[in-house]
Amino acid sequence: MNVFDIIGPVMIGPSSSHTAGAVRLGLVARQLLGGEPVEASIGLCGSFARTYKGHGTDRALVAGILGLRQDDERLRGSLELAAQRGLKLSLREVELEDAHPNTAVIELTDAKGKSVRLEGASIGGGNVRISRVNGLPAVFTGERPTLLVLHRDEPGVIAAVADRLSRQGANICSFQLARLQRGGLAVMTIEMDAGVPERMDEGLSTLPQVLSCTYLAPI
Amino acid sequence: MDLDYGSLAELVALAEARGGTVSELVLEQQAEQLEESQEQLYERMREQYKVMEASAAQGLKEGVRSASGLTGGDAHRVRQRLEEGRSLCGPVFAGALARAMAVAEWNAAMGRIVAAPTAGACGILPGTLLSLRQALGLGEREVVMALFTAGAVGLVLSGHFQLAGAKGGCQAECGAASAMAAAAAVELAGGAPFMVENAVAIALKSSLGLVCDPVAGLVEAPCIKRNAAGTATALMAAELALAGVASLIPADEVMQAMKRVGDAMPPALRETAEGGLAATPTAKRLYERVFGKGCEACGACAGE
Repeated sequence: MNVFDIIGPVMIGPSSSHTAGAVRLGLVARQLLGGEPVEASIGLCGSFARTYKGHGTDRALVAGILGLRQDDERLRGSLELAAQRGLKLSLREVELEDAHPNTAVIELTDAKGKSVRLEGASIGGGNVRISRVNGLPAVFTGERPTLLVLHRDEPGVIAAVADRLSRQGANICSFQLARLQRGGLAVMTIEMDAGVPERMDEGLSTLPQVLSCTYLAPI
Repeated sequence: MDLDYGSLAELVALAEARGGTVSELVLEQQAEQLEESQEQLYERMREQYKVMEASAAQGLKEGVRSASGLTGGDAHRVRQRLEEGRSLCGPVFAGALARAMAVAEWNAAMGRIVAAPTAGACGILPGTLLSLRQALGLGEREVVMALFTAGAVGLVLSGHFQLAGAKGGCQAECGAASAMAAAAAVELAGGAPFMVENAVAIALKSSLGLVCDPVAGLVEAPCIKRNAAGTATALMAAELALAGVASLIPADEVMQAMKRVGDAMPPALRETAEGGLAATPTAKRLYERVFGKGCEACGACAGE
């Protein structure tokens, strides 16, 4: 911790968990899509569902989806901004088993029809924890450079991925693997220390077992 | 530099031994820790200060309303009475209250603020410092430096407990901010480092036990007025400490006591909006007024 953790951050009110954290969830979803969304469907769960209006959580989520940061004064008018940019928006309540009270499910679609789905929670102090991406378990915070690697479950994939990352100078600080079934679809969630080269997903996509790879810059 | 913010007494003793202020010590140590120059760090803090100044100015204007519609406009009321020369407590005190409420109301109105240490308690530090700057005719540099003193107090506090209403009640947010503001105020008024320690202890003692009971779960009522209260406590603690009043219980032990009191608080009084003021009949009516029972008021799905 340092003094700027105490005298800071600069943010749009009123609440670090219901506003600042919500912006960051939207930002992660936008990065996951990797382009401008034309449609956004937001599901709110628990405390988010009950209190979003008074806290402006809907505006904060939409602001993040539009690429605004947590201290951007345009956050207050994000719903209007979304309408101007032609973003089709829907908001609903969802029930999720065992989910954190401040959980949102964000589905984004771009003009080419590509869509992504993210489930994550605002866990306090503006911090977030993503729990699922496109229906697969993927736990990360968005604070560090993160790679999501979708691949076929085969012996040696982890070693191959780790080898390519180490050759690019990356230091892995968190690694998870979730497999749906033996020999089936699996996802690696890799968080790394700062200072990794941008677009490091490109080096991994050429591995035969890797189906797709998404790089998320820290937010 | 051997300084880990584990104890306020150690921090103050080090500042006394060096014959300087707490803020000078903290700026030097933080520059070391963050591997930046002191000038860079000062500039970063100055940016935080500029946001504080802007948020107070915005919040003092007429017509501020929160997103929920429950609050807004009270800072303007207090300032008007002060400007009409009718303030009961005088410009330093009333000016501090008005600015503290202004920043807190601006936060509730989805304005841009500095969490200090949290969004819920964001008015106390700027309210206290901006008013003292005007009243004492201080330069910007002195006030920005005082923010390092406030930050150091917050760092020591955060070593004892998480600065969050959900963990330790309002004492862990407004109480912490009040102690930080009291420390900064003492330094701004030319008090010695040992007086900083006393001011922190006195401000914390006066906030001990304060529960977090937000009406409708919103950072508005009683939060905005508690920002005014925290500012009053900070000025009181600084006034006493500057006069040489000491705290019988040292600040570090008061922090330990605050941690234990927070732990003893039932969940209903820790930001869940299930106890205290949040559980009153009026609060329940206000909840329904804001949130209703459906989502028809949002408008996001309109046209589908």
